[in-house]
Amino acid sequence: MSDTLLEIDRLSVDYETARGDLKALRDISFDVRKGEIVGIVGESGCGKSTLISSILRLTAPNTRFRQGEVRFKGEDLLQLPERKMRNLRGADISIVFQDPMQTHNPVLSIGQQMLDIQHRSKTSKPEKRTRAAKMLGAVGIPDPEARLDQFPHEFSGGMRQRIAIAMALMSEPDLLIADEPTTALDATLEVQIIERLQELQQEFDCAILFISHHLGVIAELCDRVVVMYAGAVVESGEVREIFHDPKHPYTRRLIDCDPGHIKERARVLPTIPGEVPDLANLPGGCIFRDRCDQAMARCASEVPPLAQLKEGHHAACWLNHKEAAE
Amino acid sequence: MSLLNVKDLKTSYGPVNVLAGVSFTVEPGETYALVGESGSGKTTVIRAIAGLAPAQEGSVKFDGQEIRGASERTLRPLRKDIAMMFQDPVGSLSPRLTIGSLITEPYRIQGMKDRDLDAEAKRLLEMVNLPAHFASRYPYQLSGGQARRVGVARALALEPKLILADEPTAGLDVSVQGELLNLLNDLRERLGLAMVIITHNLNVVRHVADRMGIMYLGRLVEEGTTEAVFHDPRHPYTRCLLSANPEPDPDARLERIALKGEPPSLLKRPSGCEFRERCPFAQEICTRTPQWEVDNGHGLRCLAPLHEGRAA
Repeated sequence: MSDTLLEIDRLSVDYETARGDLKALRDISFDVRKGEIVGIVGESGCGKSTLISSILRLTAPNTRFRQGEVRFKGEDLLQLPERKMRNLRGADISIVFQDPMQTHNPVLSIGQQMLDIQHRSKTSKPEKRTRAAKMLGAVGIPDPEARLDQFPHEFSGGMRQRIAIAMALMSEPDLLIADEPTTALDATLEVQIIERLQELQQEFDCAILFISHHLGVIAELCDRVVVMYAGAVVESGEVREIFHDPKHPYTRRLIDCDPGHIKERARVLPTIPGEVPDLANLPGGCIFRDRCDQAMARCASEVPPLAQLKEGHHAACWLNHKEAAE
Repeated sequence: MSLLNVKDLKTSYGPVNVLAGVSFTVEPGETYALVGESGSGKTTVIRAIAGLAPAQEGSVKFDGQEIRGASERTLRPLRKDIAMMFQDPVGSLSPRLTIGSLITEPYRIQGMKDRDLDAEAKRLLEMVNLPAHFASRYPYQLSGGQARRVGVARALALEPKLILADEPTAGLDVSVQGELLNLLNDLRERLGLAMVIITHNLNVVRHVADRMGIMYLGRLVEEGTTEAVFHDPRHPYTRCLLSANPEPDPDARLERIALKGEPPSLLKRPSGCEFRERCPFAQEICTRTPQWEVDNGHGLRCLAPLHEGRAA
């Protein structure tokens, strides 16, 4: 247990709305070990963003934590006083956001911004500047010393995302949260970012929680994968198990849908018909039932638990019930 | 005669030379994909075709008629035949109009007063597999995938011969992306539409395009049938793009070809082959300027092309 860094334990989060409570996260459990890259996959509305903001406790005012814990190095972040939480953010846990065009302050030079985020460090200004230049070099920005004086608009999108990564890693965090960091980038730049993240993860030995809806990127980068659907974890396991032997119909069909899988020109591409259920008005039973082609009578009446199928591989589906180790 | 014939199209915004001579043709009923990185000029090409971006030089012939630089008066009737699907699905729909009035707006603009607009709205929604009651909804009530389909419905309203689609699947979830591509394929077959599709998602191109052109810095560097380009990419840039496509399989053995650096500035175009500085296969000859050469329908702008089976 000592190598577990982050444990999400039966976390449920609601948003209070005029229509009633929107159950954004329900009974989420998974963990991230030290130095591991865990991918979270899911489509729009699956709760990825709520999950990240809950870990960092940067939630909207109408957020209600209904149950569960978010333990970071054994300590429940949900119970931490705000002052301690502030010390943690950007130091022990840092984040890279989706849109590289909007994460930097447009009126301050990159160097100034990189000095500012070292406010906790006791070192002198020239030392901070040297460190900033070194970090820019580490993410592959050529001629880093000179470029510190440039402004965000003078960098391309791919470079800005790498600068965001440099800034997130500056404090040598134990956990880096990357929220769709490559979605806004071209495929060639996406590959550059993934490879850079892999190298940096080795170098800084931090764990990465990598959120994406791009299965190709997840397959390439991650050690373990958590699949989310409509606010719940439907499957989690090692990356090979998830991609080669998916145990939840949603995972299986999501992989089937990826056109990267289909090498020859297809007249009709596979899809998942139907829509994500209304989270303010949840149907009973399994959340995926309406879109599932293998639904049974039991799926309508009982919510399938996230059961362990074998060491490290969990799925929430009644189809596995015979083999589930309960 | 080709439906669309773009010849040596050039566009500059001040000193920024965005299109440096783009030529391609689209036959009736054909789907042509333009592929390339951000800033390669893809969007400018189709905006110039639709008369929404300036083009200082070259020619755009639609059905034999020159439309580059044509007056609004000449263009308006042609807009019946050329429809555009914009990149941002929700942003391209006016937030104050209902879906019904949005998709029938083309009839009003073209002055087709005799049409029963409610019936047309119903027909169009049905065509893109949306329920008829969506006509009274507003854009903010739609999901991204539904907004896309409204964009398709509006583009189809006047039964065009050509659709220009800018990143039609960007921002869509994979499960929905397939639906939209199936819809486009189906409509194309039923209505005999020709399409120009812009995308940087190569997985999408493979399933919708008959032919494709690869753009780099405002020029085509390779062009051919989709099969030919995927199976036998000759230009190193095409090879790099194809190899940069992460596969949904952790055991996929990728022979990834790293692209060096970032696209150069359009203000300082490199001499010789413009891809030379980033090209992993560059040779001495590449300091000369490559010309566009076509061999058996496969166009190429490269002095040191790769050959089939050559170890990459």
